[in-house]
Amino acid sequence: MNIGVYVCHCGTNIAGVIDVEKVTEYATTLDGVVVARNYKYMCSDPGKDLIRSDIKENNLDRVVVAACSPTMHEKTYRDVMEEMGGNPFLFEMANIREQDSWVHTDKDMATEKAYDLVRMAVAKVRRNEPLERIEIPVTQRALIIGGGVAGMEASLDLAEQGYEVIMVEKEQSIGGHMSQLTKTFPTLDCPMCILAPKMALHEHKNITIYSFSEIEEVSGYVGNFEVSIRKKAKSVIEDLCNGCGLCQEKCPTKVLSVYDGKLGTRKAIYTLFPQAVPRIPVLDRENCLMFTKGTCGVCKKVCPTDAIDYDQQDEIITEKVGAIIVATGYAEYDPTPIEEYGYGRYKNVLTGLQFERLTNASGPTLGVLKRPSDGATPKRFAFIQCVGSRDVNTQEYCSKVCCMYTVKNARLLRDEHPESEVYIFYTDVRSAGKGYEEFYKISQEKGVKFIRGRVSEVVGLPDDNLLLRTEDTLTGDVYEVEVDMAILACALLPAEGSDKLRDILKISEGTDGFFMEAHPKLRPVDTLTDGIYLAGCAQGPRDIADTVVHAKGAASGASVLISHTKMSLDPISAYSDESVCRGCGECKLVCQFGAIEIEPLNGRLIAKVNEVLCKGCGACVGACCNGAMSIRHFKDEQINSMIEAAMEVA
Amino acid sequence: MEPKIVAFCCKWCSSAGADLAGTSRMKYPPNIRIIRVMCSGRIEPSYILHALELGADGVIITGCHLGDCHYIAGNEQAKKRVEMTTELLETMGIDPRRLRLEWISASEGARFASVMTDFVEEIKELGHSPLGGVS
Repeated sequence: MNIGVYVCHCGTNIAGVIDVEKVTEYATTLDGVVVARNYKYMCSDPGKDLIRSDIKENNLDRVVVAACSPTMHEKTYRDVMEEMGGNPFLFEMANIREQDSWVHTDKDMATEKAYDLVRMAVAKVRRNEPLERIEIPVTQRALIIGGGVAGMEASLDLAEQGYEVIMVEKEQSIGGHMSQLTKTFPTLDCPMCILAPKMALHEHKNITIYSFSEIEEVSGYVGNFEVSIRKKAKSVIEDLCNGCGLCQEKCPTKVLSVYDGKLGTRKAIYTLFPQAVPRIPVLDRENCLMFTKGTCGVCKKVCPTDAIDYDQQDEIITEKVGAIIVATGYAEYDPTPIEEYGYGRYKNVLTGLQFERLTNASGPTLGVLKRPSDGATPKRFAFIQCVGSRDVNTQEYCSKVCCMYTVKNARLLRDEHPESEVYIFYTDVRSAGKGYEEFYKISQEKGVKFIRGRVSEVVGLPDDNLLLRTEDTLTGDVYEVEVDMAILACALLPAEGSDKLRDILKISEGTDGFFMEAHPKLRPVDTLTDGIYLAGCAQGPRDIADTVVHAKGAASGASVLISHTKMSLDPISAYSDESVCRGCGECKLVCQFGAIEIEPLNGRLIAKVNEVLCKGCGACVGACCNGAMSIRHFKDEQINSMIEAAMEVA
Repeated sequence: MEPKIVAFCCKWCSSAGADLAGTSRMKYPPNIRIIRVMCSGRIEPSYILHALELGADGVIITGCHLGDCHYIAGNEQAKKRVEMTTELLETMGIDPRRLRLEWISASEGARFASVMTDFVEEIKELGHSPLGGVS
């Protein structure tokens, strides 16, 4: 057994705290170690060359690298082992960066800890066994959850590469929040006009859309997911409906439209917006007279294709995919709890999205500016920034898009209504992005008044006007201004239902509630679960341009996976010693993946593990009463050797 | 002599949380020796006893929050086994405070650092394990 130990300086990240020379010297005293070296950057080519040449010259068969977290570079070094004809599992990493030099300041104690961590890794590698990777097939299809701009972009990129794409959208139309907006910064183009060509993806031969549908269950694993989708009853037979719209025209029931920010109404049978895709309406059973009173039937009577079906049931559809992209977008923060802003109490206090609908040509007022309270034309506007963002009482993070969309709306007001007075009450104006600062400049030149300060109070006046009080933190003056309308730049929150989806997918969320990426810089579209990727605001607030980039990244990640027909899995799986197993089935009880079957063998029962289904958690090993069950790479003697090494004194 | 603590961290949540504590340059006392396993459900009472028997002053097992286990319910197995081992420690006359189970997610770097700081402080108050040096 010839073990090589390599201690990385990681520049000064490790060497600045830990005495790498001493650790290297110490490593040579350990049983089985024939060579120990240190180097500035072990993961660089010259660093890896040191290992390569030692494998050749010193006949190394096992290697320990003391460096960063294995999440970072375990694969790098396993690949070196493999390339040199060795077995990638005769390798261990001692994490002396994230779990040592970066968290400790006492140099002696950190160095002493590094001795222990290296000793533990050497003890473990000594007991490692060569393992062969398990080869599994890959389903060359992808599931995209969410049909906003992120989901659309990712779907198109994959479909254009020839992969079949299943898109699941919870609303009845794809388009997402982008379809609600008036104009987009910094180009001031119409979102629907730039979105429509993408929404034509429903005609793509490789894309299947399930709208008004939700993910019910996901089983399987990377390359081989099985997804059940609940296709909720639309009460409309999709194959028959021709989207003529007669049903919604004739429907007698009006309901406040959530899509329009409750500033307008829709019918009980409705499409979200005129350009909806698919153009199939959905019957809202909570408000339809047929369901609430048992009488009406107008839609059924007028439908020329007899597409209305009041008895339609939810349908469960199963699809097999190799990769999943989560593109569930965001939800707008409801500012009601911030009582001083009077949202919900004063009708002329709106959220950002409501204002987008109010100014949208296909919105509730067809783009004509009207105050919700009395229909009068507002002339004085106040935009209040950071509502629910950058605030320890609500969300600490910056929602990133609010500065620019407010500047956009303010500029549009000055452009289209030059007589209007427009104030922006801001914390900081964050206009980083190509063309953004220039756009902000232009809005200043156009006469938008920027006042630095958090509004302390919005007071409703008898004529429905609003009085705002704030301090101008640049001049120190107390500032009062009367306006006709106030618009709150509300925070972006994780989309509704994110918690449920997180449970279904078994992915993590960050402290901000958004889904968590595998690495903030280097793996921004991956999750920690292989085969599941993130696109757009599902991972955190970002604007349309950044969302498209992120979605393209996620599509690229997914296609790297599904472009193969086969892939290999780490062989960290459980196995039972048939000579000891008594077939009691305790292991099967704790296995969450159905990987264990109790089978007859020579007239008695034994447990048998399906290596492909086994995920390697090891719960069965702990449940086994007589030591028959074991798990590769984490066997009892391997873990015990690390405990023993930890307790030895250097 | 400084107390020594063996920590078993699952790969998906708590070890990632430990890494995040590092990436965020949070500080905690250097008394912890982390053994990374796939899941807290892998931890057997015998490992805990083995560490204590060899003189560990404390053992801490960390996993994903209940309901968040990467393997669905491995952390529930961990919970059962730690409860069982706690009883065993009481019977053996070992202060059960020397064994701790904590849920730390991949995004809780700060929590990892504070849990470890707290545990090290508690162990320092308890003093060295009576089993220290038995082996």
